Amino acid sequence: MNKLRASVLMRHEVGLHARPSVKLTKLAKAFESHIDLGLSPDGPWVDAKSIVKVMATKAPKDSTIYFRAEGTDAKAALEALVTLVDGDFQDGR
Amino acid sequence: MDDRTHRKAHRIEGRSAAPGIALGPLVRLAPARHDARPNRSPAEERQALVDALAASQADLTLLAREVGDADAEAILSFQIALLEDDNLAAPGFARIAGGEVASRAWSAAIDAEIASYDEADDAYFRARASDLRDLRDRVLRHLAGEADQIVPSGVIVAAEDMPPSMFLATDWCNGGLVLRRGSPSSHVAILARSRGVPMIVGVDVDHLENGSDAVLDADAGLLIVDPDAATRATYCQRRAEQTALRQAAAAFSGPALTASGERVRVMINVTGLAELSGLDPADVDGIGLMRTEFLFQGRDKLPGEEEQYQIYRRMVEWAAGKPVTIRTLDAGGDKPIAGLTQSGDLNPFLGVRGVRLSLRRLDVFRAQLRALARAAVAGNLKVMIPMVTVPEELDRCRALFEQTLEDLRREGREAQMPPLGMMVEVPAAALTIEDFNADFFSIGSNDLIQYVAAASRDEPQLADLARPSRAVFGLIRHVVDHADRSGRETSLCGDLAGDPGQVAALLDQGLRIFSVASGALGPVRAAIARYTGAAA
Repeated sequence: MNKLRASVLMRHEVGLHARPSVKLTKLAKAFESHIDLGLSPDGPWVDAKSIVKVMATKAPKDSTIYFRAEGTDAKAALEALVTLVDGDFQDGR
Repeated sequence: MDDRTHRKAHRIEGRSAAPGIALGPLVRLAPARHDARPNRSPAEERQALVDALAASQADLTLLAREVGDADAEAILSFQIALLEDDNLAAPGFARIAGGEVASRAWSAAIDAEIASYDEADDAYFRARASDLRDLRDRVLRHLAGEADQIVPSGVIVAAEDMPPSMFLATDWCNGGLVLRRGSPSSHVAILARSRGVPMIVGVDVDHLENGSDAVLDADAGLLIVDPDAATRATYCQRRAEQTALRQAAAAFSGPALTASGERVRVMINVTGLAELSGLDPADVDGIGLMRTEFLFQGRDKLPGEEEQYQIYRRMVEWAAGKPVTIRTLDAGGDKPIAGLTQSGDLNPFLGVRGVRLSLRRLDVFRAQLRALARAAVAGNLKVMIPMVTVPEELDRCRALFEQTLEDLRREGREAQMPPLGMMVEVPAAALTIEDFNADFFSIGSNDLIQYVAAASRDEPQLADLARPSRAVFGLIRHVVDHADRSGRETSLCGDLAGDPGQVAALLDQGLRIFSVASGALGPVRAAIARYTGAAA
């Protein structure tokens, strides 16, 4: 089992709220890999494709978001997710 | 030969909730599936929830396409994303497998989510609880078969019940409403009277056929299905006469004067900004009652301070200097509000309602007081407290208001203490009115009558008791006399004020401020103009 990991600081002003969560889970679902999200390097982990679980982390502004992914497109998935969070959840970045 | 032409007219009796006559085809809104099929297997319950979730998703997708505003679209896409996530309903399906019915299982699953948002430290996440409530209620409506349906205009709508939001979204031009549930004092009935929509309640709507030709005689509380040509013609004529009368009465605009030239003020009762469009503030003496519970009710979520402030401020601006009397939240009794009123009150009318509820839900009450104190800066705003029983309740409200004002000033916001009055609807308050530190009084006759007579207005067998009696008029006189002696104003904002047949009796008690549904403005002014002075 080989899980890739990545982390990114989230600066969005109200944290991982509804709109960012919708974008994040939609993007995660575009990949085949299993992707987890957590607020610490050791978890607890939640399914990054589930908006119910992602919103339930209630991640505030300035949290570091940790991802781990496993699957054929894991690397691309992590890159895309990090870019999304780092780009403050803007479209087309 | 066509069956229909030979069908015998069928008369169904109900109770009048809003007067008037309507003719047109019957449109039967989907019945509650619950009632139709009380015992379903877990597999059927499961399918019901699957269908309701899919239907809700379809609604929201359609809505999102139509809104055309980025914020609304974001809120809707969040709800859609929640529905797409199997994790949301999973605990609900588990409960169904364990034998629970779909609606209970779904509510339990989503209520757990709502509770976790309600407990969040961050205000933004707390606010998401209302999105979940909205979603919960939408799915529940689908489960109950009461999903949003588009009602064509000019028809007689028959349904189990109707939420106020749906009533407001419907074009009632020349139409009418027939409900099994609801009562003459329900919110929908208040709206129907205010907008002149004929309405009756207490009709077994199950046997009504969609598309049948019908006459609704809401003056008599009667629905006639498949009327014969003569009946139709009679009602057509009566409707035309009523329209003519209404137009004549509406011509009584401008300041209301009695026959002897005494000025009487006639204000209006409203539930929101929508009713003010099309109404010229020059035609009324102000707003005598703004029922704020509608802001909380039609939309399944509690409005925050800012939203309330915007609405109150716009009302005050509309009135252009005339008084706008805003009643603080009067929930409970026959006006439950999800997430706010207490369920399981043994007797809701004698339970935790009005100010009793506000003083127990200070978070909600404070937000409203803050919004009111801010809006008071914009013009002639007055605030009144419902269901006051003892002076201490009003004193507590005043203290909370003053504290709110101090908070706002510390935050550097403009705010002002508006005149603080009370509704007089509990007999204990009416009898000891001298003890209350109120800046003005407003008599809520609907509740006062039923509390004085100990008879529900919704019980048709007691209609003879639950009416304005000498006891009620005696209390009204007592309040008006005290207010006059102490230099304060008394208005009356219940249905009694809007009944032209009672206007003279109220003027006899010394009452000089009426607040009525906008539809009653003309008839009440006309009745005032006929008044020649106190009966000997």
